[in-house]
Amino acid sequence: MLKISLHGVRVPHRKGTAGDRPGRLPVPKVVTIPTSMHIGKPAKPVVSAGDTVKVGQLIAEADGFVSSPVYSGVSGAVKKIDSILMSGGQRVPAIIIETDGLQMMLEGIAPPKVTNTEEFLAAVRMSGVVGLGGAGFPTAVKLTVKDLSQIEAVIVNGAECEPYITSDTRTMLDDSDLVWEGVELLKKYLSVRRVIIGIEDNKPECIKVFREKCASGKDIEVMALPAMYPQGGEKVLIYNTTGRIVPEGGLPIDAGAIVINCTTLAAVAKYIKTGVPLYEKCLTVDGSAVKEPKNVIVPIGTPMKDVFEFCGGFRTEPKKVLYGGPMMGIAVPDLNSPILKSTNAILAFAEAEAAPPKETACIKCGRCIAHCPLNLMPADIETAFRLKKPEALEALKVNLCMECGCCAYACPAKRPLVQVNKLAKAMLRDWQSAQKAAEEMMKKDVGK
Amino acid sequence: MNNMIVSVSPHLRDKTDTLSIMRDVLIALTPALIASVLIFGFRSLLVVAVCIIFSVGSEWAFERIVKKPSTVNDLSAAVTGILLAYNLPVGIPLWQAAIGSMVAIVVVKQLFGGIGKNFANPAITARIIMLLSFSGTMTTWAFPDVVSSATPLVILKGESAQALPALMNMFLGVRGGCLGETSALALLIGGTYLLIRRVISWHTPVAFIGTVFLLTLALGKQPVYQLMSGGLLLGAIFMATDYSTTPSTDWGRVIFGVGCGLITVLIRVWGNYPEGVSFSILLMNILTPYISKATRKKALGGVKA
Repeated sequence: MLKISLHGVRVPHRKGTAGDRPGRLPVPKVVTIPTSMHIGKPAKPVVSAGDTVKVGQLIAEADGFVSSPVYSGVSGAVKKIDSILMSGGQRVPAIIIETDGLQMMLEGIAPPKVTNTEEFLAAVRMSGVVGLGGAGFPTAVKLTVKDLSQIEAVIVNGAECEPYITSDTRTMLDDSDLVWEGVELLKKYLSVRRVIIGIEDNKPECIKVFREKCASGKDIEVMALPAMYPQGGEKVLIYNTTGRIVPEGGLPIDAGAIVINCTTLAAVAKYIKTGVPLYEKCLTVDGSAVKEPKNVIVPIGTPMKDVFEFCGGFRTEPKKVLYGGPMMGIAVPDLNSPILKSTNAILAFAEAEAAPPKETACIKCGRCIAHCPLNLMPADIETAFRLKKPEALEALKVNLCMECGCCAYACPAKRPLVQVNKLAKAMLRDWQSAQKAAEEMMKKDVGK
Repeated sequence: MNNMIVSVSPHLRDKTDTLSIMRDVLIALTPALIASVLIFGFRSLLVVAVCIIFSVGSEWAFERIVKKPSTVNDLSAAVTGILLAYNLPVGIPLWQAAIGSMVAIVVVKQLFGGIGKNFANPAITARIIMLLSFSGTMTTWAFPDVVSSATPLVILKGESAQALPALMNMFLGVRGGCLGETSALALLIGGTYLLIRRVISWHTPVAFIGTVFLLTLALGKQPVYQLMSGGLLLGAIFMATDYSTTPSTDWGRVIFGVGCGLITVLIRVWGNYPEGVSFSILLMNILTPYISKATRKKALGGVKA
């Protein structure tokens, strides 16, 4: 079958830390653990100031279906519960713990009883695992499918297409057994017929590890994907591995697929095997300002600056610090920002890379259009946005944009196309809800 | 510590910028300049220099007068100057070349908003205005050899009884014509460079040249000569691929190229002028917004709004 691959951009890989086995960070003095490190309702704290906590102890419980519990990765005393500003702009309660340095494990950690689908999903809920590729969507919610026969393929995302980041690479190499056990669990409890492990071809060692594991079974397949950003984007990965298209407004399951990040899967398997929930994270520390780029395992809630210090501190003064990779990562103003569940990398850049490039006039070269993996037309979206034309934005499908950044990366005029798309989406949403309200008013009037 | 730069992703950008694109176009135009000096002598260099000076100068002056930030450093005005010069006969009076350059930059480019905003190709439009204003000097051709006194297109049209130049001379550019358009070899080298550097896509040139070839083949009008005559290669490679005045989708570019080819052949075969490349590009420039709209890509997973 002839399948045209989606477009994207060839970004530099800069995965110099790929060969670096993660070390463990010395216990930080203080950790700040937000109750909202996932999409959905923030978790409800179950500890209060003065309580002592141990490693692996539940400190906030899931509040509702779309939520996720939070565990402590340190032992010590809860200092206070305070509201902190997250990078998304919202304020959420955070549990601040002063550590005692002893890292005492909670007694009685044991594997959960899992014999059927319900128990499996309940265990995933309790594990505290959320989408660790960066999205932070509660994994239990993602795996809860009305009708299991809808699932035609589970795609394990090992693409890791963002430059610099190698923490998924390390999972695939160091915890390949856990990833594999995760695959087996999905097959068993979600009756998955087909599993595809998608890995970019710039990680041949990971491909080799899983090809060897696959040798026995036919229903599990390792696909070496071209190293073309954004190969790991959910819609892109589904299309490039199965040829299926997620419909507008739909979820991957509407295309018969579930995509799960390899590190997420390993974390689920670890909980079900041992009962140890998600409270620490392997992340890549890199960027031009970092003295010794490396991978490191840190308790969730550790301030960024402790992690940077562990990596030899800064080579030059950092001017921009990111959660995640340079293509979709979020810039934070403050080095005290905590490591979150979904943090797979922290990057620090010196002045040269940090300063936003000078913006010039659009020359209509069409590079943004040629590189958009979803076939959107960013240049036209920008024009429609500046002319304040929500109808045009609707026709241009700006709502489908996944903000992967290919357009802005390729733009020779260095226009902030992702920023414009974000604003254009908001403009479209406002207009659509106003339209809807007006329609309902009309209906009411007619009813009278 | 609150001194970090916070901005929206992506935090990594490709090295290509407007300046590097224009620089690549200048590099791609260099073989044709060398060919021109070899074929028509040093006066062609002089014409090119005058066009560059007046293009860049008028862009600088205009932007200064209307208090816009200067875009002289992006080299786009220099590209326009060279392209216009390539479309002029080598014997053009220098003051006419200067006026043409100013028309290209001020009237066609800047009055419509400057780089990226103009709907018509500045060099093409200025050439057409010059052709209508200075008809005599614009059609007085210098000839590299003493035998011929008509351009191949005039001969092809049957308006001159002279023999066509040898094919090899056509390929190298030893024939009558505008100073930068005659050497197929030099233009193809430049075009190949632009394709390799991904400055242009193959769609427009292939569609344009292919249409002219197939149509003249069908009409029995010496297709190989047609390809290397007039400004076809210069137009197809360097002018019909101008970003702001041509469609930005692949299919749009194909339609644009086919349209250019069609109009070129219509004019060459049935029109009053021996050459139609400039007119074809200008006419298709005007259709560009409609072509762009008609060839809008279907978003992945998108349903009709």
